[in-house]
Amino acid sequence: MASLCGTSGVIGLLLAAQAKTAKAVPAWAIRPPGAVAEDDFAAACVRCGLCVRACPYDILSLATPGAEGVVGTPYFTARAKPCEMCRDVPCARACPTGALDRTLPRIEDARMGIAVLVNEETCWSVIGRTRCRWCSDACPVGPAAITLEQRVANGRKYYEPVVHSAHCTGCGKCEHACPTDEASIKVLPIALARHDRAKAPLHNGEVSPSVPPTAP
Amino acid sequence: MSATAGAVRAPVPTPRGRWWRARRTVQFGLLGLFLAGPWAGVWWVRGNLASSDWFGLVGFTDPFIALQSVVAGHAVAAPALLGAALVVAGYALLGGRSYCAWVCPVNIVTDAAAWSRDRLGIRTHWQPDRRLRIGVALAALGVSAVTGTIAWEFVNPITWLQRGLVFGMGAAWLVVAAVFAFDLLVTRRGWCSHVCPVGAFYGAVGVALVVRVRAERREACTDCGDCFRVCPEPHVIAPALKPRDAGAYRAITHGDCINCGACIDVCNDDVFEMGLRWRGRPRLSDKRSEKTSSGT
Repeated sequence: MASLCGTSGVIGLLLAAQAKTAKAVPAWAIRPPGAVAEDDFAAACVRCGLCVRACPYDILSLATPGAEGVVGTPYFTARAKPCEMCRDVPCARACPTGALDRTLPRIEDARMGIAVLVNEETCWSVIGRTRCRWCSDACPVGPAAITLEQRVANGRKYYEPVVHSAHCTGCGKCEHACPTDEASIKVLPIALARHDRAKAPLHNGEVSPSVPPTAP
Repeated sequence: MSATAGAVRAPVPTPRGRWWRARRTVQFGLLGLFLAGPWAGVWWVRGNLASSDWFGLVGFTDPFIALQSVVAGHAVAAPALLGAALVVAGYALLGGRSYCAWVCPVNIVTDAAAWSRDRLGIRTHWQPDRRLRIGVALAALGVSAVTGTIAWEFVNPITWLQRGLVFGMGAAWLVVAAVFAFDLLVTRRGWCSHVCPVGAFYGAVGVALVVRVRAERREACTDCGDCFRVCPEPHVIAPALKPRDAGAYRAITHGDCINCGACIDVCNDDVFEMGLRWRGRPRLSDKRSEKTSSGT
């Protein structure tokens, strides 16, 4: 009996170690709309893939062992296939466990991640190569979650893509559209980009500020 | 077997009878239903063994996974709770571990390992206690609670294999290969009969034990031992086949029995049959004869 408890205990410790390391998710793996906070996702998602099957654009995958993130949990890669933001949110409606919020009222309320201008040195608009506005044009949210704000530095006028977190759903259309070799704007998990918002996703009736920040 | 060859055991029979064919048909048929969507575009069944949607009408959820989710602190939504309740109700009637013999895809792997082991004459014998799986199940629940995860899903070869087949395998073959190697090289029937907490959980679910293997004609037993050799959980047979008192249950009531029917297939004397638990409650005549024999 003692050895039985001992063996069970050792297996439990190994399992706990595995659970701890395997909980980490790579930053490019974006959760489907309505996902509970990442810290709670491994408790809520049973890895059944019903969201994957519900997606009409086939953008979702389940993480395979040895490759990405928590084995069996759903994600999409914005650069390859961004979320098309279906109005009826079929992926979240299909979730049997509530790992995705089945009651998410509108897709605009989703916070899959948040777009971040990660490389000003390559952004065509910032370096002044063109007046590129592909990210802003691709943004499906209205009022646009990305605006091009005029800046002046060293006497040079340029336009910087500014993401308004109150509107950005993290769909990844901007990252997908960005014409630079490596996307200059990327969707990051909220927990990584805006830790202050990670614990309380925006989608429960938070009032969005209607005035975007103005240029200095 | 000659007396000089005392160390050599009788060869393990391989029953390939009616029950073996039936459950392989069910196992592969279920797998086929799950694969019909991604492979042929026939979306009768979506999802996988963790949670599935049938014809858009009814959903089933693995109750052990749902339980881990609950202890991990997630407020599981109604569809998954209902799906888990349906599965629990179903296996309570069909015999909890019928899941192991008739549904679980890893059973095909471990049956193959046991078969290969017997063919190759591998006799390694590290035998952990059969109750280890109960400890593993409790450990999985404890780790789920402490880490806030569905802990067993980080290693569960059942869902890794089945989800791998339906959604993409990745390195899941490694886990399946590890289970095969464990059963082949370390312990006979090691994974399913000693370690797997999913089986332990379903064993606990099968409290009602309605559908059971019965040693109906146990008086015809010739003590050949074939059923004990072929059974993945041989300790369940004796109470029904060789009871201490003649009036005991003919049904195999032990929760570890997986209702695979291998004993029915292998028995040359037609002792076993699949039946219901209640038929063959201790019979009045048995009781009376027992009483008279002990009383006088």
